[in-house]
Amino acid sequence: MAGYLLRRLGQSLILLLLVSVIGFALLHLAPGGPLAQFTLTPGMTQADLQRIAHQMGLDRPLPIQYWEWFRLMLTGDWGRSYRDTQPVLWVIGSHLPATFELMITATLIAILLGTWVGVLGALRRYSVFDYLATVGAMVALSIPTFWFGLVVIYAFSVKLGWLPAGGMYTIGNGSFLDYLHHLIGPAMVLALVTVAIWSRYMRSSMLEVTNQDFVRTAIAKGLPRRVVIVRHALRNALLPMITLAGLQLPTLLGGALVTETVFTWPGMGRLFLDSIGYRDYPVVMGLLMFTALLVLIGNLAADLLYAVYDPRIRLD
Amino acid sequence: MTPASASTEALPLATPRRAGRGVRRFARHRLALIGTCTILFLVLASAFGPYLNPYDDLHIDIVHRFTAPFSGPHLLGTDQLGRDMLARLEKAGRISLTVGFAAMVLSIAAGTVIGVVAGYYGGIVGAALMRFVDAVLCFPSIFLLLALAAFIEPTLLTITIIIAATAWMEVARLVEAQIRALRDRDFAVAAMALGAPDHVIMFRELIPNALAPIVVAATLNVARAILLESYISFLGYGIQPPIPSWGNMLNNAQDYLVTAPWLAILPGAAITLAVTGFNFLGDGLRDALDPRLDIR
Amino acid sequence: MTAAPVLDVSDLRVRFNTDSGVVPAVNGVSFTLARGETLSLVGESGSGKSVTSLAIMRLTPTAPICEVGGSAILRDADGPPRNLLTLPEAEMREIRGSRVAMIFQEPATSLNPVLTLGEQIAEPIRYHRGTPRATALREAERLLDLVGIPDARRRLSSYPHQLSGGMRQRAMIAIALACEPAVLIADEPTTALDVTVQAQILELLRELQARTGMALLFITHNLGVVAEMADRVIVMYAGRVVEQAPLQTLFRRPLMPYTDGLLRSVPRLSSLHEPLEAIPGNVPDPAHLPSGCSFAPRCEHAEAGRCDTAVPELQSATPDHLVRCVRWHELTRTADGLLATQ
Repeated sequence: MAGYLLRRLGQSLILLLLVSVIGFALLHLAPGGPLAQFTLTPGMTQADLQRIAHQMGLDRPLPIQYWEWFRLMLTGDWGRSYRDTQPVLWVIGSHLPATFELMITATLIAILLGTWVGVLGALRRYSVFDYLATVGAMVALSIPTFWFGLVVIYAFSVKLGWLPAGGMYTIGNGSFLDYLHHLIGPAMVLALVTVAIWSRYMRSSMLEVTNQDFVRTAIAKGLPRRVVIVRHALRNALLPMITLAGLQLPTLLGGALVTETVFTWPGMGRLFLDSIGYRDYPVVMGLLMFTALLVLIGNLAADLLYAVYDPRIRLD
Repeated sequence: MTPASASTEALPLATPRRAGRGVRRFARHRLALIGTCTILFLVLASAFGPYLNPYDDLHIDIVHRFTAPFSGPHLLGTDQLGRDMLARLEKAGRISLTVGFAAMVLSIAAGTVIGVVAGYYGGIVGAALMRFVDAVLCFPSIFLLLALAAFIEPTLLTITIIIAATAWMEVARLVEAQIRALRDRDFAVAAMALGAPDHVIMFRELIPNALAPIVVAATLNVARAILLESYISFLGYGIQPPIPSWGNMLNNAQDYLVTAPWLAILPGAAITLAVTGFNFLGDGLRDALDPRLDIR
Repeated sequence: MTAAPVLDVSDLRVRFNTDSGVVPAVNGVSFTLARGETLSLVGESGSGKSVTSLAIMRLTPTAPICEVGGSAILRDADGPPRNLLTLPEAEMREIRGSRVAMIFQEPATSLNPVLTLGEQIAEPIRYHRGTPRATALREAERLLDLVGIPDARRRLSSYPHQLSGGMRQRAMIAIALACEPAVLIADEPTTALDVTVQAQILELLRELQARTGMALLFITHNLGVVAEMADRVIVMYAGRVVEQAPLQTLFRRPLMPYTDGLLRSVPRLSSLHEPLEAIPGNVPDPAHLPSGCSFAPRCEHAEAGRCDTAVPELQSATPDHLVRCVRWHELTRTADGLLATQ
């Protein structure tokens, strides 16, 4: 297991480096570059800009600039927001919990529902249920998340009045129940795409596993059906799904952005959009790097989980 | 295949259906057929609809604004400025479908080239390229797309380019894997032994044999591109008004959700139809061209 | 044998309904298995021997993909005779793994990779007898010891990938024996193992059988293994029994040309420099069996008009020697008992 983990860690570090290079490149691609905030200030002369550029080290060779930037990032200095001059990391950090809560809830819903649909589809292959589930999944993947969000709001909030139309809390009511009430809508919408993907992969994984010899052995032992399905088949079928969960992170984050917008949920996605609107480049770049880092760490965590869960890797 | 080794999925564990593979194949074909018809319908409606429609999408008629679909002379109602919804949808369809298709072409081209180079040369070059692809994939597409959109002047061309810029990676991966496998096959080795230059081998020998997954990826990429365009247009950073796109039609439909829900429902339905159509078609193609590619 | 056989298979038929037509894998196979006896089912791949055993265990695909006919009566010490083929699934589940157990060919893939050995051996004990987990694990340890796995206590928490092929097969045997079955079906248990390990496993099986008195149905294509293990032998070809005899009789006086051909094709030290004798032709496609005797197209003794018109009946050369050949009594023998070429 140590060897496996070390290899994965090494790969992640290489990716981290590449991600940072790409981020740095994007930073300099932004119109006006790092000087953008200053070019807008009235009364700026060319000489002033040049002086500031020199102060910021922008006249030094690119690799050195990169290294400076990278070093600063490592120490937690990701710059300051143009809007309120707060440290970028702090701004991101204050919006992080909301997004996390949304993502985790949506993932839980998606995994539970997706596993159930996928397993059932595999066990009842080619049945009406299976066919509907497969087609349903494909359609679900084709629905724009924000549109689904609007439809949900229209149906459950405007027409039925069951759910609030957005936001995290009702004004004046800060209770946990109120919070949950506000969480259901966006969580459901965010879960849509993940449920679809998860159920399809779950089905295919289950099918593969139930065709394996050890499942036949389990049946030959006369074990109850439920035991064979859960203890033998499902346990093995879930293994590749761990890796899938990690790979789904970028999609989940993107979906969170859109969902937060539609439901005015105060998370990182909303922050990103707002920051773009305000041309707050430090925050925009910071969020871009942050999400990429989340994806990296998430995949690493998924691989770690896999290594722990699969005895063939854990004990070798 | 000896009967004893056939599908243990039918063991006293699962309940198989007599229909089996035959039905599955046919049903998939039916889905692909539905997908193709849907796409054709949308393309034809967008291309020729405006000629058949008495109403113009630009004609503002404040008196008759917010009429609901199927309630009057406007088949699909009117929007907040009294413009005919059907006409707007058709015009927007032209834009969304074209951008989607064009972005696909670009992303396929870029992805294939990178994939072929990485797969053919292998070694350090291949590994480096693939790691680079992995790194770009770490950025969630929408975040990347929005960031890029914020940097540029949002014309049809630039929007198409940035959408392509966020969609080429999976194609590159796919192509690289295929080329790597094909590189060691006899026909490729023979070409190399004959002294054919690299680019000839790559483009004349290898790519044609990897066409099947590329075609599948292309179809699915159109779906993805249409979806991505709708996302950024909805968020206001894509196609800018007055050019209509299904995505930006939804942009301020949110404000009128309570009073005129069809303003939001119709464009979204159009997007869903288009994307579903391409997904069905792509899935059917995948099944037809190479069952091994199938995740099911 | 005066005691009733523990397993009585009568006219077993197994049909597969595939997309390309009906495939009769097993065509009326009958045999009995007595307590403590080792009966070997021999045949090439495609003969239907594996399907026979799967059908008895009801491990074949369910209808409509697979249809099973005939009967397989289990006469167990505790309980009335039961036809395994018609039992409700719930009852069959009780029998599988406890009264009739089975071990398979590939030990590498036949064990669950994410469960410990102890867990997998304890499972049948827990679910068939309701034994609590801790007790079942202790029993599992005893079984590991019984099958010759050293350091049994530590091995309880090992995973299948940590063991060698031979040890895995021993573990499979431990699982099969966990509830002291009356019948053990072994489907090519040593085919995937090294020759030396093979010998150990066979010896283990013989030993365990002697100790527990269980009946052993041993399926194989390897005549050498048959010679070591069997009391009686059944030779199968194209889904039918073509010869059935006690071990010595079969090896010394095979009556069916196919059996003769099988015996001839076994390499012998005495004939080191002679070319290997193979039976010409191929096993027929079960979906397209020839009319008449299934072996006739490859048989050097076949006679047109007699061998290719109707499927030969299974005749009794002696009470315990059955043969499915119309010409068995006409064929001449050489000095060492094998049929001479005409």
